[in-house]
Amino acid sequence: MGTELLLFYAFAAVAVGASVLVVARPHPMHSVLMLIVAFAALAALYIQLHAPFAAVIQIIIYAGAIMVLFLFVVMLLNARQEEAPAPGTLLVRGPLRSGALLAAVLVAELAWALDAAQGSDDGLLAGGAGADPASLGSVRELGRVLFTDYMFAFEVTSILIIVAMVGAVVLAKREL
Amino acid sequence: MLPLIVGQFGILFLAFVALLTSAAVMVYAERKVAAAVQQRLGPYRVGPKGALQPVADVLKLLFKETLRPAAADKWIFMLAPIISATAAFAAFAVVPFGAETTFFGLLEEPVRLQVADVNVAVLVVFAITSVSIYGIVLAGWSANSKYSLLGALRSTSQMISYELSYGLSLAAVLLVANDLSLTRIVEAQGGYWFGFVPRWFVFLQPLGFVIYMIAGVAETNRAPFDFPEAEQELVAGYHTEYSSMSFAMFFLAEYINMVTVSAVATNLFLGGWQGPILPESMGWIWFLVKIAALLFFYIWMRWTLPRLRYDQLMALGWKVLLPLAVLNLVVTAAGVVYFGN
Repeated sequence: MGTELLLFYAFAAVAVGASVLVVARPHPMHSVLMLIVAFAALAALYIQLHAPFAAVIQIIIYAGAIMVLFLFVVMLLNARQEEAPAPGTLLVRGPLRSGALLAAVLVAELAWALDAAQGSDDGLLAGGAGADPASLGSVRELGRVLFTDYMFAFEVTSILIIVAMVGAVVLAKREL
Repeated sequence: MLPLIVGQFGILFLAFVALLTSAAVMVYAERKVAAAVQQRLGPYRVGPKGALQPVADVLKLLFKETLRPAAADKWIFMLAPIISATAAFAAFAVVPFGAETTFFGLLEEPVRLQVADVNVAVLVVFAITSVSIYGIVLAGWSANSKYSLLGALRSTSQMISYELSYGLSLAAVLLVANDLSLTRIVEAQGGYWFGFVPRWFVFLQPLGFVIYMIAGVAETNRAPFDFPEAEQELVAGYHTEYSSMSFAMFFLAEYINMVTVSAVATNLFLGGWQGPILPESMGWIWFLVKIAALLFFYIWMRWTLPRLRYDQLMALGWKVLLPLAVLNLVVTAAGVVYFGN
């Protein structure tokens, strides 16, 4: 087995294991930490895909900024260890059913995506035009595409964030 | 191929030992400079002029008992100092500290003095800085002590506030350099203007340099921004409950972070290893001189300026530094577009 494949399986295992622990750990603080580990493992996978920029951004935005906010909320609300509800009650069965349904949908989607990707010459699996590692990794290329082809989506996203910020301020400070 | 790998491991080991040593030297320098500022002698009993004082301190810490509060979260309490120390070491991995050198002909092939030459080095430093917050936050939370928690909360809000100005001042330099790799940014600063002014970016980005240094001091939690561990208010802040080597790891991380911030500042603003007289293969000497100057500035500031008040800190970060950093970025962008690179 090549080193690259070995590393892939190692990081993939860490990502999956940490994600399972996010749900399984009873303490919210531990869940937050495990989510950070999962994000870091994903970033390592991005590096293997020759996308160091995406990897670093993943760390800065998700592991660095968003999870700090999560941590803050958990700390300030002083969340304690969760008590597991008694097995067999509706509290256990309800989430279990909806969770199983969502998992089934996700697996079906993945299977469909893999099937579709193998048929076309676009996308990463096929090694087509969209899979050029050099253009994926280049920050300059990414910036150019972001501010030309995807300008509208980019600006709409920033407006969305501003709206969220203004909304948060208005909600927090009713009398300005 | 083999000598290259040996060279790489050599560099890795060298950087690791150099960072550990720099922390020890910094402890000594800090105490001596502090003593000079306050007209005292400082440490002078252990070794010649007290030079072995850091060694004595480390030995003392090694032999102390590791205490853990009964109500602390066992795993996170243990993990927090490890996160701090690891992040501090990891950030330096992408920082180049010299041009290619053979160490006075010791090696057959020249090696580049950098652990890993990454394309997005500047962003990697930034990413690791943002992750290093966790060490402090988790330390403060897991100890289950009010002083620790307050210190952790302060440090998080402080680091988040100053990270923005820090990032924006970096972005302005990236615009001027038109590159993300620290090695190429340094190389872009070679040569002179008008024959005598070195082409350092500090002359193109004076405001950016000032913002970077202020935000850097705040990011490393040093005085006058040392709220997270303000002794008079919080006992010792986030590391109140730590003892022995786990305390030493926080201590180590703080000093290594200072070295990293200074090293990045040297690379981005002060021309890295470029300097007159010495050949480029010995540029690391210039690099050390520049870092030492910046570190002295750090210590000098700590023992000269009083700590800010908390509201002053926030006002300075959000109402002064951030608008200035945005202004600096906009003006730089306009300049780059107008004059070309």
